[in-house]
Amino acid sequence: MHIAHIVASGMGGIRTSGDLVAWMQMTHKMKIFEAKHYVADKLGVDIIDLTNEEVMRQLREQLEIGVITSIAGSPKGLRAKLKIAELLEIKINSVNLFKSQIT
Amino acid sequence: MTYRILTRMGDGERVTMSAAEIKEDISEGIRDAAQSAEIPELTAGESEQLFNIMAEPSRTVSVSAGEEVVVTDDGCSMSFYAGQDSSGIGVPLSRMQAILTYERACAADTTSIGHSDYSFKPVKPIINFEMNEYYTTSMMTTAPLFYGAQPNMGLYFQPDGPYPNPADLLPQGKIKEACETQEAAAEQLRNDIVFVGKKLNSIGCEGLNLDTCGSAGDADLLAALQAVADLKKATPDMPVIMGGSGEFVLGMHGDVAFDGKRLAGMYPQDQAKVAESAGASIYGVAINTNTNKSAAWNIARAVALVKAAVAAVDIPIHVNVGMGVGGVPMMEAPPIDTVTRASKSLVQIGKADGL
Repeated sequence: MHIAHIVASGMGGIRTSGDLVAWMQMTHKMKIFEAKHYVADKLGVDIIDLTNEEVMRQLREQLEIGVITSIAGSPKGLRAKLKIAELLEIKINSVNLFKSQIT
Repeated sequence: MTYRILTRMGDGERVTMSAAEIKEDISEGIRDAAQSAEIPELTAGESEQLFNIMAEPSRTVSVSAGEEVVVTDDGCSMSFYAGQDSSGIGVPLSRMQAILTYERACAADTTSIGHSDYSFKPVKPIINFEMNEYYTTSMMTTAPLFYGAQPNMGLYFQPDGPYPNPADLLPQGKIKEACETQEAAAEQLRNDIVFVGKKLNSIGCEGLNLDTCGSAGDADLLAALQAVADLKKATPDMPVIMGGSGEFVLGMHGDVAFDGKRLAGMYPQDQAKVAESAGASIYGVAINTNTNKSAAWNIARAVALVKAAVAAVDIPIHVNVGMGVGGVPMMEAPPIDTVTRASKSLVQIGKADGL
């Protein structure tokens, strides 16, 4: 059932930019349009391309913020979130903990 | 012969209705929402838009490109390994495997982890286990990873917990005692949520999800709101989101208030306001599905209530859209024709910020 919602209305997660928009809603309590606008500005894309795989797949790889397919050695998980926190200028608890342990 | 539209009832039964019958049910659903929650009705244009979604002959429907929203996870990955009682499919995956599959194979916008009982009380004695599992998983996930659990104050009452059960006291006319035991249980619940929240924050929790708040009534919701307020002071960098348990807060106590507002009897737009006031990052409204009414009636009613809640607050509203809420039929395997119609309607007409 949740997959039906993802297909009908979801943003596509790390396949496109759904995780990035979600971070803004969680950390800055942004309504959906404001969150999309913020993320699109940071990525330098139009709002409609936030869910465009043809744009986002390549862009995510360039920005090193994690891509949907598995590429050995490329940023994923915490390494990708570190980049996401920098890109969006947000605090992510797991990233802050990691940074506190390596400095 | 009158053109018939293939649709569903609130229990999932497949039926056909005429266009006039669908339109009438949409009007009645909207009217019921407006009268119950004292909110504005949808406009004629919105009703027409809703009818078009319901009458669309395609098996599934979706929002238009550019109108997508965040789909927040609330234990969805548990469906991979859980059993039938949780609508699970029983695949032998670990929690981390299920979460990574949900993130990467299903393209989920957020993910979550939780104890299989999904309540705060049983998490407390095994918090170190949960902290380890969360910490390890959070190093692997890229999308936001919530830790989810329900306040579930019912677990604090006898025979499951230490406090006298108000469901036993109320029929005996012991109103004062029933109120006192709920207040005591709510205080314990609040402390347990804060305890778990602080522990998870210490290992870098990216977000805490208080799911199904108010399931044991207004004192249950009060404990959740107070815990959110406590956590926002103690752990300001950990987003906390709340979800309701129903469209109407049951007054099991009847006289508890948060931020000066009595909780009993609150509809979604007022629930969202107190959640915002407590410091929640996102509020999930839950609108009950009536199994005796059509999908058109239920979805129209849910859309009207969601639209009012979205307009009432500045925080994002994510609609609960599991089985039996948000216009989704009340059954174990909700049909995707109606699920996607509810999904599209809540986003495009209700203006939901997420699901």
